[in-house]
Amino acid sequence: MSDIVTLREAIAHLVRDGDCVAMEGFTHLIPSAAGHEVIRQGKKDLYLVRMTPDLIYDQLIGMGCASRLRFSWGGNPGVGSLHRLRDAVERGWPQPLALEEHGHADMANAYVAGAANLPFSVLRGYQGSDLPRYNRNIRFLRCPFTDEELAVSPAIRPDVTVIHAQKADRRGNVLLWGILGVQKEAAMAAKRVIVTVEQIVERLDAPPNACILPRAVVSAVCLQPGGAFPSYAHGYYTRDNPFYIAWDDIARERETFLAWMRRHVLETQDFDEFRRVLGETQRKAP
Amino acid sequence: MNYTTNEIMTVAAARRLPDGAVCFVGIGLPSTAANLARLTHAPDALLIYESGPVGAKPDVLPLSIGDGELADTADMVIPTPEIFRYWLQGGRVDVGFLGTAQIDRFANLNTTVIGPYDHPKVRLPGAGGAPEIASNAKEVLIIVKQSARTFVKTLDFVTSAGHLDGGDARERLKIPGKGPVAVITDLCILEPDPVSKELTVVSLHAGVSPEQVRAATGWPVQFAANLVETAAPTERELSTLRALQQRTALAHGTATASE
Repeated sequence: MSDIVTLREAIAHLVRDGDCVAMEGFTHLIPSAAGHEVIRQGKKDLYLVRMTPDLIYDQLIGMGCASRLRFSWGGNPGVGSLHRLRDAVERGWPQPLALEEHGHADMANAYVAGAANLPFSVLRGYQGSDLPRYNRNIRFLRCPFTDEELAVSPAIRPDVTVIHAQKADRRGNVLLWGILGVQKEAAMAAKRVIVTVEQIVERLDAPPNACILPRAVVSAVCLQPGGAFPSYAHGYYTRDNPFYIAWDDIARERETFLAWMRRHVLETQDFDEFRRVLGETQRKAP
Repeated sequence: MNYTTNEIMTVAAARRLPDGAVCFVGIGLPSTAANLARLTHAPDALLIYESGPVGAKPDVLPLSIGDGELADTADMVIPTPEIFRYWLQGGRVDVGFLGTAQIDRFANLNTTVIGPYDHPKVRLPGAGGAPEIASNAKEVLIIVKQSARTFVKTLDFVTSAGHLDGGDARERLKIPGKGPVAVITDLCILEPDPVSKELTVVSLHAGVSPEQVRAATGWPVQFAANLVETAAPTERELSTLRALQQRTALAHGTATASE
């Protein structure tokens, strides 16, 4: 049953060192505020899972929170590389990062399998690809009915899934819309679920078939308006494309990255203060 | 009418998308070409993006694969697992439109690493949806700028299967789709030889010499006996492309995006 708590409390109580953590959101509704709070609280040795690691995972990896990453596309969408992810993989800084690399179709399937409480997912894929040679968690199985060879990989069962959504009601039911990615599946696959929301309302007033995560599957709901920035929340605010472009320069060198993280994340109390400080530093910048 | 090498590449790629086709679109150059096709000869092409939009009709090009513009203009938005399971693996995608970091003579694609996997010289973003688009789409179009760094003799990593080691390699592995049917670059158009499946230059863009193509290819590239010149962009193709890119630049300060 979901409690409505502060993000600080939710991360403190529900995310533990060494956990398998999935923060999902396919370009849309990325839980940036929650990512910052994990960094502020200095969580360690996380096994991060995400189809498209982007800025929040670049930050978590660069700040030494993660030792392992299961993913399928790691880049700054529309801009280029994730420099902190690359530094960890290419030079082991600030610590080595074990990669477990799949394709999108496989990752999406593995969340579905996790949500369905199955041990693995089945896929017609990877034929001719080198990925199975480097990832022992991609294997092949013969269909007992047709003899077709199919790819399998372990279901994703996160200890904690973290997502951002548009609305929750006061009882902790969550409503999201727009590009949904794998958020519902990632939530249903997890032992614990944290959702940050733009708004808490009396009634969701959602039409039938809307994407709702009922309070029975949500552990904590945290009110965090703007919590997906620089990603977007459909119906609330648009993607901050200039920030994605600016991140390329911030994250390129270790020193500029660390200075930025100190000033904007470690030395701020919460995401609201982060946004205020960011506004100030952006105004000062030429 | 004057045009750039990038413009002829995009226009030539767009022409290969048939009207009415269900097209799985990668971000960047493929998205530009697919939308140009939709805005010119292929108004009924159904564009699918892996984040969930089906039938997207963006007025400005998306910077990311999940821009709100795609959801706002789509016929429907479905969860990502449905995109891959019901549409792509379900065999409903006619054309997969892909870009790449490296390509070899059989149109195999590398978007994973340059150098050894465990100690890469350059860590690229990775597979995304490409391996299963390359295998499950009925056919695949590849759009990529041509240079000796991109068109390499041997890939450091095969992320997505083209024609593997050539011939009937795909059939032997029982890969459902036909694989790459054309590679469109800023210099020329290449198609796999019907038998060997080796990429062969079938059309040179105006003003491009065979020597230029050879210099930009990391293997001794073959030319078709009946080599032709790519038809120049029409007034309509060019003005539509330029207007699309202008709207895009106004919307988010960049004319194109790259995955």
